[in-house]
Amino acid sequence: MNEKQIKNLTLNFGPQHPAAHGVLRLVLEMDGEVVERADPHIGLLHRGTEKLIENKTYLQAMPYFDRLDYVSPMVQEHAFVLAAEQLLNLNIPERALWIRVLFDEITRILNHALQIGAQGLDLGATTPFLWLFEEREKLMSFYEAVSGARLHAAYYRIGGVHQDIPDQTLEEIFNWSNGFNKIINDIEGLLDENRIFKQRTVDIGVVSKKEALDWGFTGPMLRGSGVVWDIRKHEPYAVYDKVEFDIPIGKNGDCYDRYLIRMEEMKQSLKIIKQVLDKIPKGDVIVDNPRISPPKRNNMKSSMESLISHFKLYTEGVRVPEGSIYKAVEAPKGEFGVFLVSDGSNKPYRCKIRAPGFAHLQGLDFMTKGHQLADLVACIATMDVVFGEIDR
Amino acid sequence: MKLIFNRLKYFLLLDICKGLYLTFKRIFKPSVTINYPYEKAPLSPRFRGEHALRRYPNGEERCIACKLCEAVCPALAITIEAEERDDGSRRTTKYDIDMTKCIYCGLCQEACPVDAIVQGPNYEFATETHEELIYNKEKLLDNGDRWELALQKNIDSDAPYR
Repeated sequence: MNEKQIKNLTLNFGPQHPAAHGVLRLVLEMDGEVVERADPHIGLLHRGTEKLIENKTYLQAMPYFDRLDYVSPMVQEHAFVLAAEQLLNLNIPERALWIRVLFDEITRILNHALQIGAQGLDLGATTPFLWLFEEREKLMSFYEAVSGARLHAAYYRIGGVHQDIPDQTLEEIFNWSNGFNKIINDIEGLLDENRIFKQRTVDIGVVSKKEALDWGFTGPMLRGSGVVWDIRKHEPYAVYDKVEFDIPIGKNGDCYDRYLIRMEEMKQSLKIIKQVLDKIPKGDVIVDNPRISPPKRNNMKSSMESLISHFKLYTEGVRVPEGSIYKAVEAPKGEFGVFLVSDGSNKPYRCKIRAPGFAHLQGLDFMTKGHQLADLVACIATMDVVFGEIDR
Repeated sequence: MKLIFNRLKYFLLLDICKGLYLTFKRIFKPSVTINYPYEKAPLSPRFRGEHALRRYPNGEERCIACKLCEAVCPALAITIEAEERDDGSRRTTKYDIDMTKCIYCGLCQEACPVDAIVQGPNYEFATETHEELIYNKEKLLDNGDRWELALQKNIDSDAPYR
């Protein structure tokens, strides 16, 4: 009998595939239905954010951070302002810190709601997506109430936040937080035990503890493999040391564990939000320093001094002392870090952004090796890739 | 025992039934979608939508051509040219905003010392051509006149926080 050599099929997946979560292009080497090698090709959404920031003042750089991972905007602003504040050695008003924690957690729920909904959708469940998007809509109205934009908030400022939260918004958040638990329970009822969902996620895309650490995974991807690591706990920023919460970790490091972790993180976020609403103090929301923060509008219109600093701030901006710093926050997707080098001028000399999704995407190859094509989709969904931050 | 219980649960399709029950329950809840062009969701007074150039109540335009908005705009979407007017006051002769460059960050209205450039509550300004989205001074002032009531109301209601 003649032996015949069969060449593996090279399959192009994306960049416009609905399951590719944006503009991910994968070159897959397939042996029949089985993935032999997955090679992600990135860069289709590259906008040169890091370079652009070098030509913007610190205030102007803020909106760019919303547009990195556009599913969790405010958390990324937080990383940037933390870095700049550390260089400036500022003491942030208490209320601003609590507001930041509040909106970081709202952002976390926003992100996980999208992730779980989209993962369900990729695996054939439409309902959780619709229910969670309803919640996202409510959360985005809180974004809008404080910042004026539903997505690209540009709300955090060096030295605090832009404007105080309106009182009725705090009340609305409180009302919402009472009802959200029920939604989580409903979603759990739909997905946790569902045999189709479990067949598609249990033992799929297993990441061992060692692999997760070797490849620089962070966030739910790392915790799913059983590593206890959360920057909010281990290196608390803002007021995370004053709120109580637990960090869930997984056992098997498969897609199902990571789904459970994200569900639990939403509950923990809700717990934090309730504590913030309880404990949030009154007071200023931005430092009272004419070189850092703009004066109140009434002052600016009546006092010459204030008007001058208003003009100085909006043209020249904040001068940040020379130095370099790396600051990371626990973004919903993992460790989001900003490495800021300042040469003492009003613009960053260099701003390196560490996006969690980039490290996760590297792991796609070993996660999907030997899995079927449909499981690759589950893996992409569980990594929670967003191309704004990966391509930057 | 647990194994038998699990098997039983599996064959009785309990997980599927639970999901079906949960989705069925939703039928009796009021619908959350809105009939968009006829119904609209409420907007916060801080909403950052289409730009407008405002006037003082006596009809004089507010903008004094200080060019702060031009300087602060991260997207370089604003272009201003200014000259002295016949009565000796400094005004803009050209005030263009490229709405396709604008990223709606709100820094221009934040920087404006006289509340002249503002981002109003209008978000329905889609056009069929690119040219129509390059707004000039005339269009912006016209926007200001059209939306003045809403703009003033928003500024007033947000005043305690500014």
